[in-house]
Amino acid sequence: MSKKSTIPFNGTPEQEAKLREIIAAHKDMQGALIPVLHEAQAVYGYLPIEVQSIIAEGLGVSLAEVYGVVTFYAQFSLNPKGKYEIGVCLGTACYVKGSGDILDKFKQILGIDVGECTPDGRFSLTATRCVGACGLAPVVTVNEDVYGRLTVDDVQGILDKYMEV
Amino acid sequence: MKTLNELKALRDKIRPTLAMRLKEEGNAGYKYDVLVCGGTGCTSSGSETLLKEFDAQLEKYGVKNDVNMVKTGCFGLCALGPIVIVYPEGTFYSRVQVEDVEKIVASHLVKGEVVKELVYPETLDGDVLKSLNETNFYKKQHRIALHNGGVISPEHIEEAIGMDAYQALGKALTEMTPDDVINEIKASGLRGRGGGGFPTGVKWSLVPRNIEGQKYVCCNADEGDPGAFMDRSILESDPHTVLEAMAIAGYAIGADQGYIYIRAEYPIAVKRLQIAIDQANEYGLLGKDIFGTGFNFNVEVRLGAGAFVCGEETALMTSIEGHRGEPRPRPPFPAVKGLFGRPTVLNNVETYANVPKIILNGAEWFQSMGTEKSKGTKVFALGGKINNTGLVEVPMGTTLREIIEEIGGGIPNGKKFKAAQTGGPSGGCIPAELIDTPIDYDSLMAIGSMMGSGGLIVMDEDNCMVDIAKFFLEFTVDESCGKCTPCRVGTKRLLEILTKITKGQGTLEDIDKLEALCYQIKSASLCGLGQTAPNPVLSTLKYFRDEYIAHVVDKKCPAGVCKALTNYSIVAEKCKGCSACSRKCPVGAISGEIKKPFVIDTNKCVKCGVCMETCKFDAIVKG
Ligand SMILES: Cc1cc2nc3c(=O)[nH]c(=O)nc-3n(C[C@H](O)[C@H](O)[C@H](O)COP(=O)(O)O)c2cc1C
Ligand code: SF4
Ligand code: SF4
Ligand code: SF4
Ligand code: FES
Ligand code: FES
Repeated sequence: MSKKSTIPFNGTPEQEAKLREIIAAHKDMQGALIPVLHEAQAVYGYLPIEVQSIIAEGLGVSLAEVYGVVTFYAQFSLNPKGKYEIGVCLGTACYVKGSGDILDKFKQILGIDVGECTPDGRFSLTATRCVGACGLAPVVTVNEDVYGRLTVDDVQGILDKYMEV
Repeated sequence: MKTLNELKALRDKIRPTLAMRLKEEGNAGYKYDVLVCGGTGCTSSGSETLLKEFDAQLEKYGVKNDVNMVKTGCFGLCALGPIVIVYPEGTFYSRVQVEDVEKIVASHLVKGEVVKELVYPETLDGDVLKSLNETNFYKKQHRIALHNGGVISPEHIEEAIGMDAYQALGKALTEMTPDDVINEIKASGLRGRGGGGFPTGVKWSLVPRNIEGQKYVCCNADEGDPGAFMDRSILESDPHTVLEAMAIAGYAIGADQGYIYIRAEYPIAVKRLQIAIDQANEYGLLGKDIFGTGFNFNVEVRLGAGAFVCGEETALMTSIEGHRGEPRPRPPFPAVKGLFGRPTVLNNVETYANVPKIILNGAEWFQSMGTEKSKGTKVFALGGKINNTGLVEVPMGTTLREIIEEIGGGIPNGKKFKAAQTGGPSGGCIPAELIDTPIDYDSLMAIGSMMGSGGLIVMDEDNCMVDIAKFFLEFTVDESCGKCTPCRVGTKRLLEILTKITKGQGTLEDIDKLEALCYQIKSASLCGLGQTAPNPVLSTLKYFRDEYIAHVVDKKCPAGVCKALTNYSIVAEKCKGCSACSRKCPVGAISGEIKKPFVIDTNKCVKCGVCMETCKFDAIVKG
């Protein structure tokens, strides 16, 4: 069985109110769908079908169109992310310096694959493409934190930092 | 701001605040300018914390009024970050830690004594401080697009104005006709820096002049090549130069609306762009009736959402329109039918960054740099197995050897240079024997690589070229939008064959199939992504065919990267029988008696490499 978390949708009325505000603010903008999706994802953390429906209705486009756009772009996620999202850079500069091995180590310790979330919802794992800190390659990000000049031996230590609380 | 003269007066008023950094006459009342790098690299290595600490320490030592703190964009030497530079001397502190800040304040800023142990060693000649421009890294560089990087604060339009920002726009609007502008850019020989190398002035002239209605100017800041960050750095250190250039392009083609399409993964650049747009509007340098000439120009930022193909110009415009970013066939070209179906000019960030300087200094000045057919400079993001990873800008025609050996400081750990990759997933490799190739559009084409947007990844003897080709194909398979079959299916087939080869299951016939398929994909794909996707395979086949053959015939990976083809063994003569390796092996594959040579059971070994790292006597080899 996949370890993807299958948390049911539990958006709050506040989140929905915020979403409707976002939609209203973009109503007259040309090409509004993608900016709205960006902001909606910032509110919910991901873009479940329920959120997509509200957007489709609000902007007057079909749900199929919204879904098509969401699935086209890697930044938009249909699944919730972990509390801590780990991004291992697989850009060229990092790859030639061994970031593939670092990704393997994360997978091994966490027991999840890229695009998945640990069952407790703490960590999710993604492979990113160049976060722009190539000078520090190989690079790993955890939410906003950036770790550079890493070796495989540093992986456990990074995870440990996010284990308490 | 109503007139160009007002702008010039403001520039003159601001200039003294920059005098110390520029080593000019003039004074703004400070004893020191302290520049802290706020580029993505240095921010990642902690420069924000340094800024806060400086603030606290300056307060503590009571010298706050003596020191002008400036948060700049990238200096280029990201590998040495976080970087702090203190003027008037230009002392270059590298890898500065929070604990070091108090030392710099107490000693340098209070007593005037440089903290020598924190200074970048290359800038120290015995006891004498050398200027940065005398170091190998900077000596051969020529900075046009990166002119303001590491000099000004990108979040203060005043500093940009002090460096002559918006004067080129003023000159264009008040002294030149749209045709004059286009002709000046044409005459300069400027070619697109986004990869294709199309002449920029010609592109602008293709927009129909005499039609009514909306036209657009777009800036491609999608920077999809993984491992490249030139455009990001330009936007982070000098956003106004790009805005100014877009307005100039708008004047030239008759457009009043600009869009910048930028990767959402670049939060610092996005933030600075937005600040810059707001400030330019406030100063009346964007917006309505600029310089009282009746010319209007607005710029809007649009975020990408993580699709490499959106760097392709037609896909980019489809994405701004709010759809799946799939390329459309050309013609019609964007110049005729672009964004929202209207005539559009689209250029790369770095291309724009050259425009204001060409308008101000003239085409002839730009012509004087570079080679016959490639004028000016090019910015490269130097990465991989190289000592000075970072950002460099060199005149076109500089050789790869100069970039790698002199500017880049060579290969770390005494390893041998094997190849450099330019052009990312669309490009190819340049092998060691061609290290004297001058870097310009045409020389790189001639050897089967391409300029690309400026990613330059250096590889050493430990990198396997088949593995690198496979790495890029994984990328393109992931990123193919799926609209056309040759690309969608063909790249998958390429990847399958490459995977087979790296697993030791390939045959000589597979190599031939691989090559044939490459040419089919190149000729039959709809957009540049598919048309160039086979390049990494073709160029590694061209220069490293023996490595492919080693994989399929000898079942060996000469670089020891492909795990299925790599075996670890212990050299009996070197083994001291210390047992360290056998205690570390995760699967118990190593056995032996103390003080006698140990052996690895190849059937059990999972090739993790731990034993090799563990052995202190270099007794373990792979091959
Ligand atoms: C798959 C693909 C990806 C591209 N990615 C970029 C990119 O990230 N940045 C860029 O400026 N140009 C990119 N280009 C080139 C653009 O299509 C376009 O030629 C360029 O932005 C034009 O600007 P220039 O003439 O100033 O170079 C890409 C092209 C292809 C086919
Ligand atoms: S070549 Fe590839 S990326 Fe380009 S349109 Fe075809 S499938 Fe899409
Ligand atoms: S490579 Fe790993 S698995 Fe193989 S012998 Fe060495 S330590 Fe054991
Ligand atoms: S660590 Fe080296 S020297 Fe010691 S037993 Fe292993 S191979 Fe021999
Ligand atoms: S390639 Fe990893 S940060 Fe650029
Ligand atoms: S980001 Fe600081 S030197 Fe490049």
